Amino acid sequence: MLFRWDLAYHCLVCSRPCKRQHTRQLYPYLTGSFVITMDSVTESQRTLYPYVTGSSVVAIKYKDGILMAADMGGSYGSTLRYKSVERLKPIGKHSLLGASGEISDFQEIMRYLDELILVDNMWDDGNSLGPKEVHNYLTRVMYNRRNKFNPLWNSLVLGGVKKGEKYLGTVNMIGINYEDNHVATGLGNHLARPILRDEWNENLTFEEGVKLLEKCMRVLLYRDRSAVNKIQISKITEEGATVYPPFSLRTYWEFKAFQNPTAGAEGSW
Amino acid sequence: MTKSLDIPPKGGFSFDLCRRNDMLEKKGLKAPTYLKTGTTIVGLVFKDGIILGADTRATEGPIVADKNCEKIHYMAPNIYCCGAGTAADTEAVTDMVSSQLQLHRYHTGRESRVVTALTLLKRHLFNYQGHVSAALVLGGVDITGPHLHTIYPHGSTDTLPFATMGSGSLAAMSVFESKYQENLTREQGVNLVVEAICAGIFNDLGSGSNVDVCVITRGNKEYLRNHLQPNPRTFVNPKGFTFSKKTEVLSTKITPLKEKVEIIEADAMEE
Repeated sequence: MLFRWDLAYHCLVCSRPCKRQHTRQLYPYLTGSFVITMDSVTESQRTLYPYVTGSSVVAIKYKDGILMAADMGGSYGSTLRYKSVERLKPIGKHSLLGASGEISDFQEIMRYLDELILVDNMWDDGNSLGPKEVHNYLTRVMYNRRNKFNPLWNSLVLGGVKKGEKYLGTVNMIGINYEDNHVATGLGNHLARPILRDEWNENLTFEEGVKLLEKCMRVLLYRDRSAVNKIQISKITEEGATVYPPFSLRTYWEFKAFQNPTAGAEGSW
Repeated sequence: MTKSLDIPPKGGFSFDLCRRNDMLEKKGLKAPTYLKTGTTIVGLVFKDGIILGADTRATEGPIVADKNCEKIHYMAPNIYCCGAGTAADTEAVTDMVSSQLQLHRYHTGRESRVVTALTLLKRHLFNYQGHVSAALVLGGVDITGPHLHTIYPHGSTDTLPFATMGSGSLAAMSVFESKYQENLTREQGVNLVVEAICAGIFNDLGSGSNVDVCVITRGNKEYLRNHLQPNPRTFVNPKGFTFSKKTEVLSTKITPLKEKVEIIEADAMEE
């Protein structure tokens, strides 16, 4: 069943359907011998819809680590508002995070992760959080927010290498998480995963991996309306994370059928 | 007061029972699901003509109703049409337009053109405002050359070098977008179509079983039913099926069904 974020559900405070989050505050006003309590009701501050969104992220395991690709567009509904949004960020020494969905929630997640990594560094015990641990942390955060009906509207891809072991996982706004050799978010699941299922193998070199990711991003560019032709690829290996400068893909539009589609029937479409 | 005469409806759907159906659903009656062909269908233009492909699974909600149905329908000797959506709608609409095309062929004495089938289909579907849930990939080769079109349930059409429809269309389209080129040979084209349908079969839950392919060229067509069967039954009993109790055969009598009929030459009737 789909949960409707904008509808009113049965509220245990008001004992009737309401959309609000109630906060009870005690303001003792002494009038005579009474203590009056005030119940302040705030309008709902749950996430109802996403506003500025990023499109799909695609990631694969390759020989030396993880390769991840995303475009740099931030759409405001059907407008392409921001064209230089970096959606791939390194986390700590061992991980790389790619996010699609609401950009402000992604920035909030970055703040949570910064705090997490800071506390981890402060222990100063020679150990650092690996990708599995960060993925687990994110899963708990996303699932608990979803249980409070106030989700972080993102689909995240978390990849990394620690002590030679590669890890690639994903978690989305309702808390569904899994790990695999290749993951994608959003429309990437329908357009990129079939290609990856056919053409991925254990021993891709860096060049082969980039070519495979470019193939997937090109199909997404043709067929996803919220895709932009400004792609960023990033890799993470045992040595560390590198986010490469953005580039654009070559596209082909010269099919004969596109030149004169109504050649057979004048006036048709 | 004179009662107005009941004029029988001339055509189109009658929505009289919709209110009553809504009321029944509110009371908890579950409407019967219709047989959908949650599908992958594709078409592409190659050097000498058109190649159409389809999977063979027909679903009724979550259940596979038909493991090996035919989704590539005959329209004319040089035109074939793949159908996705409600199975009854695709069957009925392609049959109807196919017979209209044949009458038209008798009337004009010429080979049918793909744009004729296209216009007949799109006019019918638009007339029913999307309620006839048929999404079609129409392809054929006529005197003006090879043509490939997609037709959506509301009646819009596209002319394309390669096309996919159905629930597995994104998986098949990802294969086409990355691998299609112009002027493919027959072998390359068939391989690409098979690859696209397999992407649909293995990545989409609404598609499955076998791959049907149809190659249409000028003056020739090849309907390759079950061209590829990538989902065979894994465990087949080598002994076959035996009935447990054997009935005794008491006597055997064989009667041939075809009788020999004598034709007597009669005088022709005088008019």
